[in-house]
Amino acid sequence: MLTKKDILFKLFISTFSLSAFTFGGGYVIVTLMKKKFVDEYHWIEEKEMLDLVAIAQSAPGPIAVNGAIVMGYKLCGLLGVIVSVIATIIPPFFIISFVSFFYHLFKENRYVAFMLEGMQAGVGAVIVGVVYEMASGLLKEKNSFYIVIMVCSFLANYLFKINVVIIILICICIGIGQSLYRRRAL
Amino acid sequence: MIYIQLFLSFLQIGLFSFGGGYAAMPLIQNQVVDIYHWLSLAEFTDLVTISQMTPGPIAINSATFVGMKIAGMPGAIVATLGCILPSCILVTILAYIYIKYRHLKTIQDILKVLRPAVISLIAVAGLSIITTAFFKGNAISFDMLKIQMVIIFGICLYLLLKKKANPICVMLLAGILNMVYGILF
Repeated sequence: MLTKKDILFKLFISTFSLSAFTFGGGYVIVTLMKKKFVDEYHWIEEKEMLDLVAIAQSAPGPIAVNGAIVMGYKLCGLLGVIVSVIATIIPPFFIISFVSFFYHLFKENRYVAFMLEGMQAGVGAVIVGVVYEMASGLLKEKNSFYIVIMVCSFLANYLFKINVVIIILICICIGIGQSLYRRRAL
Repeated sequence: MIYIQLFLSFLQIGLFSFGGGYAAMPLIQNQVVDIYHWLSLAEFTDLVTISQMTPGPIAINSATFVGMKIAGMPGAIVATLGCILPSCILVTILAYIYIKYRHLKTIQDILKVLRPAVISLIAVAGLSIITTAFFKGNAISFDMLKIQMVIIFGICLYLLLKKKANPICVMLLAGILNMVYGILF
């Protein structure tokens, strides 16, 4: 069994490295967290991970930081929150301090530009891979109601640009409605 | 005092930026450029460019960048703390409620509806990154398609799904492949 100290140490190292390599915004870090904590360490289940993402998403603030907070709290309580938040903000803190100093050199270097351009395709592939795994898990449950929710929220966000917070609130209302309806039916 | 001003300003950014990332940008611009004049508009544009080129959330990047410029290292620390404080409090409370009450029937029902929606939201984020990666100037048309990026994407997806490759290695490999392509052609 891992002791709490081991978990805190691993938590620090993994949130630190995820934050240091996460180009392209909060969702990338969330998908990488799924790979690390669900697939590799088996510390939490995939369903719990999705719940944690919903929490990270429904509060204000950067998703990467929020994701680190929920993950830290789930694994080690308040101490976990402190450890994972510090690990998440150290890399951007030092990178920005450094890059803002050499900004012009950095901006005009064409190798850096090629590297960053190519990494977008890699980031896209990481997200598509995780979405594919999670969506096929959901399809296997063969529950048409949840599939309709998935398709509708996709269309609402992608085509109609409806704000994420509103989509989450609507889903919460649907869940409450469903729960009340079931109780009455019993 | 400048430290308190920095702290309060980034506290507001942390508190009111829902949806993360680019949703926070107008808010940051308003505080940093329009209200306090800590950065000029050109400097703010540079900041956005730097944020796109480096890892890390744009709100944290701005806090570090602005704090450093206005009041050095202590300024950067104060601004970053202000930026994450609302998240730390609110998200911890939500996580506490989740862990305490998730076994309740109603909460279970709500979470079951939320999970498919969250998968979709991640998918949308992925699609917008792919669109930026595949098409020049974000114009979705066939002659704007960058074929090499589609091929790199395919290789990465194969490595991830079939070979269970480490995602960070895959991202770095994608960058290196494109650099090699850029040098050769």
